[in-house]
Amino acid sequence: MTETGKAIALHAGLVVLLFVLQWVLPAYHHGNLARVMVLATYAMGYNLLFGYTGLLSLGHAMFFAAGMYGMALTVKHLGWAPAPALVAGIGAGLLLSLAVGALALRTAGVAFMIVTLMFAQAVFLTILYFGEWTNADDGLVLQRAERMMWGLDLSNDATRYVAAWVLFTVCLGLSLWLVRSSFGKVLIAIRENEPRAQMLGYDTFRHKLAAVTASGTMSAAAGAGYGLLFGYAGASFAGVQYSILPLLWVLLGGAGTIVGPFIGALFTFYLIDIASGFTSAYMAVVGGVLIALTLFARQGIGGELRRRVWRWLP
Amino acid sequence: MSLLETRGLSKSFSGLRAVHEVDFALPEGEVRALIGPNGAGKTTFVGMLCGRIEPSSGTVRFSGADVSHLPAHRRIRAGMAYTFQITSIFAKLSCRENVALAVRRRHGPQSDVIEALARVGLDDRADQLAGDLSYGHQRLLEIAMGLAQKPRLLILDEPTQGLSDGEIDAFCTLIRELKAETTILLIEHNMAVVMQTADRITVLNFGEILAEGAPDEIRANRAVQAAYLGTEDA
Repeated sequence: MTETGKAIALHAGLVVLLFVLQWVLPAYHHGNLARVMVLATYAMGYNLLFGYTGLLSLGHAMFFAAGMYGMALTVKHLGWAPAPALVAGIGAGLLLSLAVGALALRTAGVAFMIVTLMFAQAVFLTILYFGEWTNADDGLVLQRAERMMWGLDLSNDATRYVAAWVLFTVCLGLSLWLVRSSFGKVLIAIRENEPRAQMLGYDTFRHKLAAVTASGTMSAAAGAGYGLLFGYAGASFAGVQYSILPLLWVLLGGAGTIVGPFIGALFTFYLIDIASGFTSAYMAVVGGVLIALTLFARQGIGGELRRRVWRWLP
Repeated sequence: MSLLETRGLSKSFSGLRAVHEVDFALPEGEVRALIGPNGAGKTTFVGMLCGRIEPSSGTVRFSGADVSHLPAHRRIRAGMAYTFQITSIFAKLSCRENVALAVRRRHGPQSDVIEALARVGLDDRADQLAGDLSYGHQRLLEIAMGLAQKPRLLILDEPTQGLSDGEIDAFCTLIRELKAETTILLIEHNMAVVMQTADRITVLNFGEILAEGAPDEIRANRAVQAAYLGTEDA
């Protein structure tokens, strides 16, 4: 089998497995996996920028929140149906990432991290400031009637699982296509050696801006999906914690691999779930695992798989 | 007509004059060597030619157009190629992908990838990671990336540094072959290579052109000997 064939077979296999699991899993894990698939979509968006382009953002929560609030505000205040509201959320993420990218990419390295962090804080504070519309700390709760999409009730567990699966599958397919395209290969070249990419005649600024926008837009799609599927948009999703989480998932799962974000999100979710059953200091367990992985599997789980087993893993 | 021309090209780094008022012309089809003692300003000069370094003053014209204010990637697209003095390859990508990045940018056919690798003798290593190559082979890969761009002007910054004698001979043969296809500006320390390959030589010293001429003239030039050897009568 060719490497392209293997790559497609592996990812299609994962997607099929996730689809089949809905009839196998007990209710508790069924609900968890729906959530993990949406969070993994967020991580895949983050991975496009961090894993493939080599740009470390500390402010991706602003894109997740842009999607979430772009969706929820249009539902709440304009009375939009979920489908156009979802598009509004994704559009909000696209515009925000384009604007933030154009400004933040004037910096590099640590400065880029700080600038993205500051932009995200500004977004967070903006959400709190306009409490009249966003309901500030309490957030916006979407009622069942507001979550009826094309006659499907997104508050229903089975429907929600399938909707999360569709979102995850579409974004996984898009990521795979993107990183294997010639555009994606230029992003990898920029990650590996930006001056060289430039001296091959590539406009690295425009490529990086496109990467920020693609990454921010995918993160926004995850945010809009999350709000719609779980019926809530809250300011905490725009906080620092939600900027750090995708970084953590991607690091654990394997930066610069397509399956890494899913592995990382799933692993972290169940690590916290299981550890919190034993101790209230479950974040210490997560910290310990993170340190162990950085020491012994620096490329994350997916990166180790690529190094040891599947060299062709995209 | 000159393919490349500079007028009054200068660069100062906080008061230090690295390159000063250089008027330089390179006709199409020529192999020109740029030599000079360490610190003469060679790398700064070519950095300004290909847009990596912003000049303090002066102009650069490439194929009739003023490119002084174009960013590096636009100059590369206009037909320049630059190979780095300090090897700069994509270490974690295969040799094939390193060269393919150069070919894809100009929408060339895939066959150009192996062709460029074959010209420097790396076609049997196409699937190795570039970072796993020996230093000499990395230099050759760097040259292959330059060739794969099919440039009108190929700027080679100390290409033979770290190559074995056999590899240097092969390199000289390659340059002679390339003469029919492209104009070459070669920055080189190895005088044997310069004398074998260059049509003309430009000598840079203290950021200014000290001499320019055919290899034999330069070899006989007393000012050049003085600059290199530090004799009294310069």
